[in-house]
Amino acid sequence: MPTLRNTFRTVGRSIFNLLAVVGGTSLMLLGVIARLIELPRTSRQTFLQMQEIGLGSIPLVIITALFVGAVAAVQAAYQFQDYVPMIFLGTVVGKSVILELGPVLTALVVGGRVSASIAAELGTMKVTEQIDAMELLAIDPMRYLVMPRMVACVIMLPVLTIFADCLAIFGGMVVAKIAVGVSTSTFTEGLRMFFYVDDVISGLVKAATFGLIIGLMGCFNGFRTFGGAQGVGRATMQAVVSSCICILITNYFLASVLFRLIFYRGTT
Amino acid sequence: MLRLECKNVWKQFDDKRVLQGVNLTIEPGETVVIIGQSGTGKSVLLKHIVGLLSPDRGAVLVDNVNVAKLSRKKLFELRMRFGMVFQSAALFDSLTVAENVGLAIREHTEKTDEEIAQICDEKLRMVGLEGVSSKVPAELSGGMKKRVGFARAIAMNPECVLYDEPTTGLDPIMSDVINNLIVKLSSELKITSVVVTHDLASAYKVGHRIAMLHDGVVIFQGTPDEIRETDHPLVRQFIEGRAEGPIMMGSGQ
Repeated sequence: MPTLRNTFRTVGRSIFNLLAVVGGTSLMLLGVIARLIELPRTSRQTFLQMQEIGLGSIPLVIITALFVGAVAAVQAAYQFQDYVPMIFLGTVVGKSVILELGPVLTALVVGGRVSASIAAELGTMKVTEQIDAMELLAIDPMRYLVMPRMVACVIMLPVLTIFADCLAIFGGMVVAKIAVGVSTSTFTEGLRMFFYVDDVISGLVKAATFGLIIGLMGCFNGFRTFGGAQGVGRATMQAVVSSCICILITNYFLASVLFRLIFYRGTT
Repeated sequence: MLRLECKNVWKQFDDKRVLQGVNLTIEPGETVVIIGQSGTGKSVLLKHIVGLLSPDRGAVLVDNVNVAKLSRKKLFELRMRFGMVFQSAALFDSLTVAENVGLAIREHTEKTDEEIAQICDEKLRMVGLEGVSSKVPAELSGGMKKRVGFARAIAMNPECVLYDEPTTGLDPIMSDVINNLIVKLSSELKITSVVVTHDLASAYKVGHRIAMLHDGVVIFQGTPDEIRETDHPLVRQFIEGRAEGPIMMGSGQ
């Protein structure tokens, strides 16, 4: 009986914790939305965060995007052998990068870096009473700390995704020429053949949503940090894990909705 | 100047009862020192005064207004009348000394950069710090950080300043510098002050009145002379710093 009771207690506590996280993140998101009218007051902080998130992530995005495009080209060429004309190599690399690989992989690598950095910074501020000090100066930490970070993430993720898309396609094109022997003109012709602006827009909608998730998870976990250095470490880990999981789950639902919308528009 | 009143304040964290009916009144312009063992809820009581924590039972009144019942907007208006010096200084790591001191002025007033810089220099001069405006907190010593914390706390000319262990971790000379600052700010600016400390030399020097918190209640309050002469066994053990006595080791933890 005690084992059964412990099991129920553990399951109950896990459900309670999950509901607390869902409730906490929802409240934080609503709090930021309610304060958006005050965004001009924190334009300096928002700009600094955009620099930190955007410029700081460029080296990571360059390496990730170039190699993702290269792998996409090599794998597609391998699967096309003897079945599909190589002119479609550009089509496949372009589609997969713009719709899926660009937004998702950029979000995962940037999310790891940015959500960890946000959670660690805010977590340290929390455990060293800097957030209490801010409250005491009658400065709203949600407006001054959370909103600039979340807005910067929502703006910069689509920018980084466009950059990553271009680099990944470039990487695919170079590998197609060097390793597979597909000329640049053939590759770009295939790329242009089925290029739709709607695909780019859907990729950017995904990127903006992932940006929101990254900022929210970083800020939420940072703000609920307790217990010194160990607590900051725990919050950082939770921010990275939760943002990655949320990105992957949200990706499925967004893909379902966005593809349906694009397909519907394409058939009417 | 503000009048502060804690009326039967109770606070519990999980299973631990920290405050168990604290009653304490601080008159306008008065400096009250709260002493007691670590973990008896001195800092928790300070956080109740400025609404960073809300009591489970009872009320904290500032000028007869219940702090816990205020809307967030009204609470922020009230907090602009307070300053607080934190035990760890709690300076914003990413900002320079001048930005730390001037942050509240920049956020709440329409003053120009030059005016803000002038006020920051004046406040830093008051705490004996000059030429450090452009430094970041990581470049400062512990005593300097505390003094920058002082300057930040008084930047908006508050009516009440709360000090959370202002001399902890400082050498005796720097502790005395800090004590002098508290006395100077209290007498020059005529502000209400609440000082939480373990440091009895500091308590005797800065306090008009000293209150001792034990097991979540105020067990004694009086002037520094009264506390020196009291025969209350718990107070005597604490001020004499004896391990033997009615206060059990770890009872306050």
